[in-house]
Amino acid sequence: MFDALSQKIQDAFRSITGKGKISEDNIQDALKEIRIALLEADVNFKVVKDFIARVKEAAVGQEITKGLNAAQQLVKIVNDQLVDMLGGEFQELNFSGNPPHVIMMVGLQGAGKTTSCGKLARILAAEGRHPLLVPCDVYRPAAILQLETVGSQVGVPVFDAKGINSPVLIVKQALKEARNTGRDTLIIDTAGRLHIDDALMNELKELKALVSPKEILFVADAMTGQDAVQSAGAFHESLALTGLVLTKMDGDARGGAALSVKSVTGCPIKFVGTGEKLDQFERFFPDRMASRILGMGDVLSLVERVQEKVDQEEALKLQQKMLKNQFTLDDFSKSLEQIGKLGDLNSLMGMMPGMSKVKQKIDVNKETSQLKWMRAMISSMTPDERDNHAILTSKRKQRIAKGSGRSVEEINQMLKQFMQMKQMMSLMTKPGKLGKLRQLFGRAGLGDFAKSMFPGNSPKLPEGVDEARLMELLQQNDGKLTPEAMRELGMAGPTASADGNRKARPKKDRKKQKAKRKQGRRKR
Amino acid sequence: MFEKAKSLFRRKEGERESETTQQPKTFFTQLKQGLRKTRDQLSQRLQSVMGGRAIDDEVLEELEELLIGADLGVATTMQLMEQIRVQAKKAKIQDGGSLREILHDQISAILKQNPQMPWEVDQHPAVILIAGVNGVGKTTTIGKLAHRFTSSGKKVVLCAADTFRAAATEQLEIWAERAGVIVVTKDDSKDPASVVFDAMQRAKSEQADVVLVDTAGRLHNNPNLMNELAKIRRVTEREVAGAPHHVVLIIDAVTGQNGLHQAKQFVDKIGVSDLIITKLDGTAKGGVAVAISNELQLPIQFIGVGEKIDDLIPFNADEFVDALLD
Ligand SMILES: Nc1nc2c(ncn2[C@@H]2O[C@H](COP(=O)(O)OP(=O)(O)OP(=O)(O)O)[C@@H](O)[C@H]2O)c(=O)[nH]1
Ligand SMILES: Nc1nc2c(ncn2[C@@H]2O[C@H](COP(=O)(O)OP(=O)(O)OP(=O)(O)O)[C@@H](O)[C@H]2O)c(=O)[nH]1
Ligand SMILES: [Mg+2]
Ligand SMILES: [Mg+2]
Repeated sequence: MFDALSQKIQDAFRSITGKGKISEDNIQDALKEIRIALLEADVNFKVVKDFIARVKEAAVGQEITKGLNAAQQLVKIVNDQLVDMLGGEFQELNFSGNPPHVIMMVGLQGAGKTTSCGKLARILAAEGRHPLLVPCDVYRPAAILQLETVGSQVGVPVFDAKGINSPVLIVKQALKEARNTGRDTLIIDTAGRLHIDDALMNELKELKALVSPKEILFVADAMTGQDAVQSAGAFHESLALTGLVLTKMDGDARGGAALSVKSVTGCPIKFVGTGEKLDQFERFFPDRMASRILGMGDVLSLVERVQEKVDQEEALKLQQKMLKNQFTLDDFSKSLEQIGKLGDLNSLMGMMPGMSKVKQKIDVNKETSQLKWMRAMISSMTPDERDNHAILTSKRKQRIAKGSGRSVEEINQMLKQFMQMKQMMSLMTKPGKLGKLRQLFGRAGLGDFAKSMFPGNSPKLPEGVDEARLMELLQQNDGKLTPEAMRELGMAGPTASADGNRKARPKKDRKKQKAKRKQGRRKR
Repeated sequence: MFEKAKSLFRRKEGERESETTQQPKTFFTQLKQGLRKTRDQLSQRLQSVMGGRAIDDEVLEELEELLIGADLGVATTMQLMEQIRVQAKKAKIQDGGSLREILHDQISAILKQNPQMPWEVDQHPAVILIAGVNGVGKTTTIGKLAHRFTSSGKKVVLCAADTFRAAATEQLEIWAERAGVIVVTKDDSKDPASVVFDAMQRAKSEQADVVLVDTAGRLHNNPNLMNELAKIRRVTEREVAGAPHHVVLIIDAVTGQNGLHQAKQFVDKIGVSDLIITKLDGTAKGGVAVAISNELQLPIQFIGVGEKIDDLIPFNADEFVDALLD
């Protein structure tokens, strides 16, 4: 979602050529580009001004750290400022004091309050709390029914507001009921309202005075534009918000509103909504978001997603088979199934470092449907064929083509991918964050994506490589590991991995020599 | 369940209704009303931007911020600023105030490239597909449109094709009741296309003038849901000659630059014919609509200015721009 922004910032950094010190002069262009990028990302113009000033102040006069160039130094400064502005460390919900604790959701119309109430209730219930959902939207048609439906979907009771027509009364009675029935957390869904609607803003103030909520969460749509500072600012002024929820993050909005809302209220962003389904709700991590802004990709979220969705045992089995070179088409089909489970390739790719460019080139829809028909082809094969692809004669292929409704050419294509995947596995080496990531990709059958991240040369990660720095270098070079970067990291040139494919070796060696030659030139 | 929701609503309707002011509902008063709180502050700023000041870099920068702040986007803003500079120079304009007029003309000229036509609903039935991302106001706008059409003597059928969101059908049922129109629903159906099929048959047998199809909110970057929408479109095509007669994309005025991505995707997948901008009663200016209308050559037909049934008014470019630059 922050892909395009990161691309712009990267481009801006390229224009920096000065060496030695960052000066007012040599960052001027970059700052301009950053400003435009942030504005295009919907960060409010006043917030942008403030941000640029902060970056400038932090940057100008700084010595350039050894091993970095001015652009890289500025990336780091921008990243740090972004993390800082987005909220530093993660903040838990406040459950201090005696229960029942009250959490109130407020915001503009259609932001996602009711849905988020359900999502939050689900999480809290899973954490062992006993929430009660309280419907206080007595205005919008079928709003109460919506909350009741959502509540039953997540298995959390909803206070029965039948016959009560004032939010204040509903909350009063819900509080009583919670005490009587041992519910320890009230989640209050309020009607969407405009911040300039005094009557309805007063209603919220009244509710607040009545129940003194520990948390008043402002729910904001990630697609919001410049107005975010007005609405969030006004809600904050009236209610003294305690936190923010950013919804619809599954979209491709760059989400600059996050910065705007955060900076105008000073409240931490506590959760993000990543889909319409009630389990699509995640904690917000400023550092992840910042690295996303800067094109590092949301690697941590990705790893988590892969871990959650992929059957680890199955994946491990597949991986071992691959390593032992026993990987069959049957196994290939299984790993395709795993990829399918990861869900939408589009959003997956959005999380990956350096993928913004690749993403533009890959037709994700096509890829997704490809998964399906590749599996269909394999299921049209006999057990023998699946066990040993070598026996696939052209006659057999024709039969399979007929059976699966695809062409022989497409079957060959699938077989090629199968072979590639076998190869990729041998490149999944070494533990550590990156190695682990690649392993996970490999296990999940995402070898091709891993390959696009480390194109051409998939070097082994030697012990002690600064992975954070590696990620930084990767993102600066669109995911490619350049010889220069490898040198900086103290990595040898590309080498074939221990169990690498023999045929590939000479080619790789050539590359290695070429890289060395290049380095040599540079030294001189 | 539905009965309960309805009764709850009926009780409250009166209350919210009473909050409305007695002002006549013109486009401009509606918009101005929304702006009352920020207006002082804004006009102060504008005073300093425009009022009798010589045109210098500072004036131009403030003007640029005004446009950016209205969500016009960097590209459109730069383009407009460039034009202004050129024109101001050519006409030897000295006063900041005149800049506003030039700007006004420029923006409304963009919007007038695609004038809204009176909606043709002479076909029997005319099928109008309503689409957009989540929570922008599709269902509410359908209620308002239904009311408009019945007020001009048309027979309207609503189609509850949001089979996903909790209580979406019941929400539309309440709007159907308010507008006094037929609504076609399908209990427990998870297949929107089949509800659309039913609605097309019903509209034909009832000899309705207009069918308004309410679709589930969906993000434009979700291929599966976009395909589902394309399928809905195909069902209308197959069942009613010439359908869909209008495909309306709803854009929320608070939307930032993502609005353009949304519009492009919806145009690409289901061939949008018209825009409606909702929630212009807030402080958001809806400037992204200018870029959308310009880039995709789409007319803005109506604007939503509140949550009540008659809070939908035909779009007027000049007044929209007035509010934008207010
Ligand atoms: N894609 C996506 N859709 C979401 C998300 N959160 C909410 N939605 C959708 O956004 C729309 C509005 O959500 P609601 O929960 O009804 O919003 P609300 O703020 O309660 O709306 P009002 O009560 O009318 O002000 C629904 O279609 C939801 O399914 C999210 O994180 N991602
Ligand atoms: N202030 C204001 N609120 C509006 C307007 N139009 C719609 N709303 C409100 O926006 C919220 C969402 O409206 P819906 O009609 O449910 O939106 P939707 O697009 O159908 O939502 P999904 O079906 O969940 O995607 C509701 O609270 C409406 O009352 C408007 O013009 N002004
Ligand atoms: Mg709600
Ligand atoms: Mg709806």
